[in-house]
Amino acid sequence: MNFNYGDSKLDFVKHRKKFFIFSGLLVIIGAILLSTVGLNLGIDFESGTKVELLSNESLTAERVYEEFAKIGLTPDNVLLAGDRSEMAYATFIDGEGVLSQAEILQVQRHFNASFGVEPNISTVTPTIGRELARNAFYSVIFAAIGIVIYVTIRFELLYGVAAIVALLHDAFFIITIFSITQMEVNLPFIAAVLTIVGYSINDTIVTFDRIRENLSYEKKVRGFEDLARVVNKSLIQTLARSINTVLTVVFAAAALLIFGGEAIRTFAFALLVGLVAGTYSSLFIAAQLWLVWKSKSLQKRRFKTAENEA
Amino acid sequence: MVKKGRIVAFFLIVALLAGLVVSTVMDVAKEIKLGLDLQGGFEVLYEVHPAHEGDVIDDDVLKSTVTALNQRINVIGVSEPNVSIEGDSRIRVQLAGVEDQQTARELLSTEAQLSFRDVNDNLMLDGADLRQGGASVTFSEANQPWVGVTLNSASQFAEVTRQVLNSQLVIWMDYEEGDSFMEERLKPESEQKFISAPSVDQVLNTTNVVIRGTFTLEEAQFLADVLNAGSLPVKLEEVYSNSVGAALGEKAMEMTIYAGFIGVALIFLYMLIYYRFMGIIAVITLSFYIYLVLVIFNWMNAVLTLPGIAALILGVGMAVDANIITYERIKDELRTGKTTMSAFKAGSRRSLSTILDANITTILAAAVLFYFGTMAVQGFAVMLIVSILTSFITAVYGSRLLLGLWVNSRILNKKPRMFGVKESEINEL
Repeated sequence: MNFNYGDSKLDFVKHRKKFFIFSGLLVIIGAILLSTVGLNLGIDFESGTKVELLSNESLTAERVYEEFAKIGLTPDNVLLAGDRSEMAYATFIDGEGVLSQAEILQVQRHFNASFGVEPNISTVTPTIGRELARNAFYSVIFAAIGIVIYVTIRFELLYGVAAIVALLHDAFFIITIFSITQMEVNLPFIAAVLTIVGYSINDTIVTFDRIRENLSYEKKVRGFEDLARVVNKSLIQTLARSINTVLTVVFAAAALLIFGGEAIRTFAFALLVGLVAGTYSSLFIAAQLWLVWKSKSLQKRRFKTAENEA
Repeated sequence: MVKKGRIVAFFLIVALLAGLVVSTVMDVAKEIKLGLDLQGGFEVLYEVHPAHEGDVIDDDVLKSTVTALNQRINVIGVSEPNVSIEGDSRIRVQLAGVEDQQTARELLSTEAQLSFRDVNDNLMLDGADLRQGGASVTFSEANQPWVGVTLNSASQFAEVTRQVLNSQLVIWMDYEEGDSFMEERLKPESEQKFISAPSVDQVLNTTNVVIRGTFTLEEAQFLADVLNAGSLPVKLEEVYSNSVGAALGEKAMEMTIYAGFIGVALIFLYMLIYYRFMGIIAVITLSFYIYLVLVIFNWMNAVLTLPGIAALILGVGMAVDANIITYERIKDELRTGKTTMSAFKAGSRRSLSTILDANITTILAAAVLFYFGTMAVQGFAVMLIVSILTSFITAVYGSRLLLGLWVNSRILNKKPRMFGVKESEINEL
């Protein structure tokens, strides 16, 4: 694999409209899905109780319902997990909802006795659920603002705005995928989205850094053609790095997804989706957007100087 | 001419680092504090309500509640409890590695307001009249466990017993407004809310009072412990709780570490195949990087959570990125026809600002996560920040030092293949 500029026939810039249309469509589909199907919010952001059970033997949903019935509880939902379905997740949303301390102790004692393993139990009241969701939303917004400010100081505003568009694109992409798959959105999911925010920005910055450097070598940038050449050259030069980096992080995320167990699965899946989206958006969205905006601002400036001279 | 001294220096440094890592890594790993999601335990967020109508919840009340909770945790005997005030009216308690979660949780939230009342529920004595630490388990002649408490003043008790003479003195735990002895005594014994209601047939001028309930030994011990730990000045309501069984926590940790080993092994393999000689340097610095992150994590006294392990593994990916940026840059420079030594110099210098910008933006995101996150997410954020800063030291300076020793030994001169660059790709100038 070598991407030496000169013998490379790759042209990223030529197909930019296709990428814009593709991503635009994705965003529209995502918006429709979110407003209709929505997300499968875990109890972290709603309210209720989640009980995670581990047993030495294979479990069935009926068995779990029976065990809960013995202590007078009816879970709203039971999900089995693990290679031999030795794990089960029971959730209480309506009905009993947030289990009281006494009920939690009862569940712990009961399953400790019947399964021999103490279950995990988490409860969230509506107030806390709302607070967590609000905090998660704020953290993405504040992270984005901080990044725009930093990039504007180090580069210029246009780079910053293009980077943020790419970043929001990635975050939205993950959310859309979670809306399609209806996987549970929990707190680690937010951590994954923010990691992708960081990664996506990281990836975009490396590309922009090279564009800025190559631009400084150009004697005169006349307009779109010159800019397009610089952008294409920079993308090809950083392509090996982009692919190698995303591959190594994908190795880590995929290993977590496949071998890491239930507790970390949502997190790893969100990461994996985000990594792919992040690399795509750095190459095909962020740099191209910057190219379009920059050439427009160059044109405006040329008109102004032309008017002044006339 | 090849300077062999530098190559010797390289192997010395690597041998030294390897020695350090091998001899201390087990101790470092043992000292790491595990979060409750990895070793079992529970976390509860309490909303603090006034115990009596009209009480105000202010900073002092919250602080004294935290003190009382800490005293109770001492009774449970957890090594590193974490009790903290959150916002205006919340207290978060995190207890990792508790063996008996049920008892611990009960012990934490009982108000432990012992009160002595007459049959018409008028308050005669309460927790304030008890001597601190004066409660203990005693036994009747029939070996029935009872709880002995010590009062501050004998004359006060004499006065109280005079008032209820030839009636009953009712002993309540956590009496609530509206509770009535007259109603409770009609219920079967196991459902009665008061602890006991001894008849008083003489005036007792003593500080030692024995509560003769029908306790099991555990119940009696629990009551004595709670009374000794002191009562809570407030009512606690659980608004969020998360408890992890020890076995499940351990399983999650094992699986994540196993996944981590596979992920890191794949990364190493890829680096070796793609970057050849530079890949070896990357593997050395990355291994040392993982060790260093754990050491720094210990220094900070930070708590390793499940997302924290994920951040460590992810951090390896980020550290790799710094290596990749530098190596790609060196390859670029080699392709333009520069000598190995000047390509190394130019590549290292030019990649630095890129790595810096890329890492600072990621740290920004991690800092925001830390500020807004709950414990598990904070564990992730701390680990990510430590990882990025450490990767800066190892991947930038460590790599540069080790690779520099080889490059400056001149042994690699005119051997671009060692860097993964073919002779045919080099532009002749």
